[in-house]
Amino acid sequence: MEILVCAKRVPDTSENEIELNGAGNDIERDELVYSVNEPDNYAVEEALKMVEAAGGSVTVVTVGDSEDEEILRREMAMGANRAALLSDDAFRGSDGKGVASILKAFVEKGRYDLILTGVQADDGAAQVGGMLAAMLDYPFASLVNAVEVLEGGRLKVSREIEGGNREINELDLPCVLSIQTGINEPRYVGMRGIRQVASVPIPTLGTSELGLRVDAAGQAAAKVRRLDYFVPEAGKGAEMLEGDREEVAARLVELMKAKGGLN
Amino acid sequence: MPRIFAFIVHKAGVADDSAVELAAAAARIDPAQAPTAIVTGYGLELDAVCNGLRATYGEIWKIADEALAYPNAELVRQALVAVVPPGSILLVPHSHFGVDLSPGLSIKLNAAYVPDVVGIDGLDDSALRLVRQEFGGQVSTHVRCEISDGAVVNIRPGAFQPAGGASLSGVVVDKSGELGTLKTARRYLQTIPVDAGDVDITKYRTLVSIGRGIQDPENVALAEELAQAMGAAVSCSRPVVDAKWLDKSRQVGSSGKTVKPKVYLACGISGSFQHLAGIKGNPFLIAINKNPKAPIFRVADVGIVDDIIEFLPALTERVREECCAPVQGKEQR
Repeated sequence: MEILVCAKRVPDTSENEIELNGAGNDIERDELVYSVNEPDNYAVEEALKMVEAAGGSVTVVTVGDSEDEEILRREMAMGANRAALLSDDAFRGSDGKGVASILKAFVEKGRYDLILTGVQADDGAAQVGGMLAAMLDYPFASLVNAVEVLEGGRLKVSREIEGGNREINELDLPCVLSIQTGINEPRYVGMRGIRQVASVPIPTLGTSELGLRVDAAGQAAAKVRRLDYFVPEAGKGAEMLEGDREEVAARLVELMKAKGGLN
Repeated sequence: MPRIFAFIVHKAGVADDSAVELAAAAARIDPAQAPTAIVTGYGLELDAVCNGLRATYGEIWKIADEALAYPNAELVRQALVAVVPPGSILLVPHSHFGVDLSPGLSIKLNAAYVPDVVGIDGLDDSALRLVRQEFGGQVSTHVRCEISDGAVVNIRPGAFQPAGGASLSGVVVDKSGELGTLKTARRYLQTIPVDAGDVDITKYRTLVSIGRGIQDPENVALAEELAQAMGAAVSCSRPVVDAKWLDKSRQVGSSGKTVKPKVYLACGISGSFQHLAGIKGNPFLIAINKNPKAPIFRVADVGIVDDIIEFLPALTERVREECCAPVQGKEQR
């Protein structure tokens, strides 16, 4: 099975407090720790497991710039066979459809049985996988939390739905799946693994290499545009308990008793 | 002004709460227009849903087909592409189904797509101005969406309160005849309910709920000790289940259980809307988080900025001093 995983480098929200920059037009990015988008990492792990069981290879691709190469290398250290960076000044300002158009051009240069994305990026919109599938006329399933390969070029796929219930579907290959966190336990990647792939060449493809129409992506093609960042109004906000830890605990116990949370 | 449609999610003959919320969102775009509902399905349940919508929508477009008896997003998409006029604005709930349907639908309609919208500023220069959140709700953004070719806009459940305006008497229009043959390479097989688990967190009046801030599986015991001292149960947010530190049956949220406790301690939980969607009944919400900017503090009644690894043992000790030793019969039912 030839599997393509679309990944993204994002600010790691478990490592960062996200704040506005001085101008209010972006988040403050200077001190941010970036990493591979968490659901994308689960998608790579799922691809590796499928290839280990059934043969084939895993390719990881991202749309971005030279800084984004580090996540491709990380996923190669994890076990992905190939990677590609789709990068061009003309891609800047792309909306979700633009990114999906860039990825479609890359998909059509290869031959993939299965395309995986993470379910959503922290700074994203859970949209590119479904758009890509529609552009390719492949079937799509989102929020996937289990995959089983069946005979005859089909997958049995479990989707997470309301209440923790699972919706079981059968999809014909090739197809696109968006992978939910918790589907597997992504393997650990150590520094040694990263070093081993440090010098592996990763091709960069732009508009011309991809044979992309110039009006297919980028700012001019984007119908959806982020205008600013702002911090939402606090509403009433919480009453903050401050002071010595033991004092705070004592006050909290009194409050919980008053609210019927304790006898 | 483009025509506004709302896609209605329904179950067992009853429209989802999102049906009135989408009508409220439509009024934010164009207060002068009575929006049109689109309902797909089959049989008597579909008719019941359509009739129930007549008070809220000016027109209800009914799309009946046996293949639509279960809402397979790929088939629903084909049905919508067949009936939705070019240039329309289509509102869809940003649910497990909306996430499945809308991105591909926007491509097939050649329309813009904006997911998970929490606010609508209005329409100007043939563009919608919308509000979204990023980074788990830590920051918000204004988004401009061109609607010259129409738009699919996914609306966050609970973000728009029903307007409660005059009751309409909408007409049901049968659009089933406009469908071609529906077919897909994705076939629905069955729905498997979640396992019951060892503890039913929906039955406790106090929940000690842990999130990513618990950091290590060994620290789960800190929450267990507090819960035991209080006669509470330990619940959690998604990352704890993803890491397999607690069973899925302990998860609170749109993808887990819906709970109605009296007191809810959110410990190291950032407060994503998916998590908050599982907390009903307006409990006394206590947030303990070392990040003072965590979104949970915006909705909590009481907030404490501290590391739960340090704070939970201190709280447990204090609870024990209050002689709240665990006794039987603390469950609500």
